[in-house]
Amino acid sequence: MHTPIAGECAPNQGIYDIAIIGAGITGAAIARQLSHTRLKIALIDAQEDVAMGASRANSAIVHAGYDCPNGSLEAELNVRGNQMFTQWCDELGVPLSRCGSLVIGFDEQDEQVLRDLFERGQRNGVPDLALISGEQAREIEPSLNLDVTLALHAPTAGITCPYQLTIACAENARANGVDWVLNAPVTGIDRRDDQLVIHAGGHTINARYVVNAAGVFADEVSRMMGDDSFTIKPRKGEYMLMDRTATDTWTVVFQTPSKLGKGILVSPTVDGNLFVGPTAHDQMDKLDTEVTDEGIAELTRMSVKSVPNLNFRAVITSFAGVRAQPSTGDFIICQSSIEPRLIQAAGICSPGLTSAPAIAELVQQIMQRMGIDVSERQDAIKERPAIREFRHMNASARRAAIAENPLYGRIICRCETISEAEIVEAIHRGARSLDGVKRRTRAGMGRCQGGFCGPRVMEILARELDLTLPDITKSGGDSWLVEEMQ
Amino acid sequence: MMKYDVVVIGGGPAGLAAAIEAKKGAPEQRVLILERDQALGGILQQCIHNGFGLHYFKEELTGPEYAERFIEQLDGSGIEVFTDTMVLELSKDRRVLAVSREHGLIEIEAGAVVLAMGCRERTRGALNIPGARPAGVFTAGCAQRLVNMEGYLPGRRVVVLGSGDIGLIMARRMTWSGATVALVAELMPYSSGLNRNIVQCLTDNNIPLKFNHTVTQIHGRERLSGVTVAEVDPMTRKPIPGSEQMIECDTLLLSVGLIPENELTQGAGISISPITSGALVDERRETDIEGIFACGNVLHVHDLVDNVSEEATIAGRAAADYVKQGALSGPIAQVRTGRGVRYAVPQRVHAGGEGKLDLYFRVDNAYRGMRVQLRSGDQLLLDRKKQIMTPGEMEKITIDASKVTGDLELMLAEG
Repeated sequence: MHTPIAGECAPNQGIYDIAIIGAGITGAAIARQLSHTRLKIALIDAQEDVAMGASRANSAIVHAGYDCPNGSLEAELNVRGNQMFTQWCDELGVPLSRCGSLVIGFDEQDEQVLRDLFERGQRNGVPDLALISGEQAREIEPSLNLDVTLALHAPTAGITCPYQLTIACAENARANGVDWVLNAPVTGIDRRDDQLVIHAGGHTINARYVVNAAGVFADEVSRMMGDDSFTIKPRKGEYMLMDRTATDTWTVVFQTPSKLGKGILVSPTVDGNLFVGPTAHDQMDKLDTEVTDEGIAELTRMSVKSVPNLNFRAVITSFAGVRAQPSTGDFIICQSSIEPRLIQAAGICSPGLTSAPAIAELVQQIMQRMGIDVSERQDAIKERPAIREFRHMNASARRAAIAENPLYGRIICRCETISEAEIVEAIHRGARSLDGVKRRTRAGMGRCQGGFCGPRVMEILARELDLTLPDITKSGGDSWLVEEMQ
Repeated sequence: MMKYDVVVIGGGPAGLAAAIEAKKGAPEQRVLILERDQALGGILQQCIHNGFGLHYFKEELTGPEYAERFIEQLDGSGIEVFTDTMVLELSKDRRVLAVSREHGLIEIEAGAVVLAMGCRERTRGALNIPGARPAGVFTAGCAQRLVNMEGYLPGRRVVVLGSGDIGLIMARRMTWSGATVALVAELMPYSSGLNRNIVQCLTDNNIPLKFNHTVTQIHGRERLSGVTVAEVDPMTRKPIPGSEQMIECDTLLLSVGLIPENELTQGAGISISPITSGALVDERRETDIEGIFACGNVLHVHDLVDNVSEEATIAGRAAADYVKQGALSGPIAQVRTGRGVRYAVPQRVHAGGEGKLDLYFRVDNAYRGMRVQLRSGDQLLLDRKKQIMTPGEMEKITIDASKVTGDLELMLAEG
């Protein structure tokens, strides 16, 4: 019944072909792609889990690709990534809904921007784009503001779950032999003639090549290898997540974009919730994910412009993520001109999630051009089964699941109907904390926000990992939850 | 498909009392309690402080002792209990879908259903407090479980936001367990908790309580390192600029309100009051769907478990009667609320009933020296002076049921 517990491993004492630094969606997608070859790979991250940076707090949109400047790498990889998404999500058991997106305009100025976007999208090769009237837009999305006069409709846009996709890529990579090296912040890289020696949180990892997918820290990792050709600026985006009762919006609704980003959007999530966001504010601190009063006020003010009858009493939680804005103004995906053993996958701001499969494919092509053998091996595993969810089963599937594993019959998270079997499975696949379980199962994501199931999930973590409750954290590091009574 | 006469959803204080009373009223009926936890007793299991039962049993008990008084009555009663069993769905025609490790997926056809699922705590997310999202922010009830049932301390230096009863109780419990409670901050100019809890939990333990104060910012990346507390304008309840004060702490407990858990209720299409967030019921606690009754904190949040037991007794007896006799007929009078009254339960009563009729209500603000009046048309059915009334304490009035001939209006009046 119990699968063996997988997760973090001590790095191989020998030499890896590839060390990928950063286990966000970019690093995990690259790890997955390269895991289908014969290369020996380590996936390294500073945090206790994969998907701990921008990949756990972003808009979850699979963008169509009309927004990126013509001729940019962003444009090319966005459109290609969007096409690849269906197959990736199918193989990896990750939800994807092609719900389409609308960019809405209210006046002549907006309409000009929309016409420009349409042109740009055509040149980027985005399929099925259409400029439609306000009325047509409200037919597609009845919750829209009545003052919308023109909209850009992109039926190929969709929504997914960014941290589930990252986890799925990392799991698929691991199934093909990739080692996860977590809790391992990279502090230095020695460039020896025969190999690169990576110092990471007490580990020493030897590799022939490094892929730099370190998100907001990619400039620092690059500098460790002598390449200071770019910098990364953190840009905060704040969000509010709402319960299903907030309103009925089924399309991704953008406002006309500004210099700082695609504007505040209102979007359904693949779990049936709704969110508004993001704000876009440049900051100095790469780890500052604090939600601000001003941010919440801005979200509230701007989002009702798109969908007037939003019910803000249905807010479940608010959160913020930090995007990695590159000084070059475009994705940086190339072999470093300073250190040829370094492949950059840096500056992956929006549309980084959408582009991830195409970025992985491009990195593989770059390696091929570098003379690395990246041919696919016969026995590569492509599929990654998702954790089977009790709440989505019909009656006969539920009966069968309980017969096979009685833990499916014990509901731990009452708000989201998550069974003990799913939580145990998540732990066996690598969840080490309350948030790790939450991202993999949704336990604690509902109305009570873990008030009821938190202590029970802590107990299950302790039992499965042979720990005591004071060892259990919210999200690794110093995020302890309880102490011994004195 | 299983068949039971009365199915009680929830084995906390409300469910226990309802099931016992249903069985007493009709010993021949099959009564089943479905409880999602592994043990009966509900939230009482973790309420190890005393102060329970003063009204119902005329003695002072702890939470587990109070629950035990009911649980021991189950022995030999013929009432069946499924613990560790989660109800997934309830339909209008009283079919219950549930699941448990032991029984698998079960479908039950019920003659009558009593809803007794209790309530949950409001969370940080619902308040939208800005700042970081570190470990160390707990609802007071979650912390209570960790301390009293798991035997661990959620932290050493504590701020409590909200002065609800669980927050007050936990401020004392954390102090007694060796932690320091730096402050209890209450947004309103009055507490939503019982006065006796403010005295016994805070005053007696020298824990400071500040009214018109709230937490405006949460600090700390991995574990909580502090909170910013600010005074609020009593009129707008917005923070007053310049009044912010940073308090170092590793733990923030939230006691900012309870919300009846009515997802099953709504799934069955039962009408919910926007004020109580519980079902709209008549004097027998029957909802607007025939044969489905509600009692305890799922109906409206109570401050005393004694009142829960009393209410559950009414619902349990009515459920058994419904199985025997079917629906009650006759004209219905609405219970309307006027000045100063936030809500009253039940919201409607059958006219021309017998015996005593209890009306429970809460006021919408703190009042001194006001009169409670119940009118039916021009007729004053009740007029009673009450020295102090606060939103934190539920009020009760009793009238002769036979006097109800038309709609009622409950209000406060001067003098």
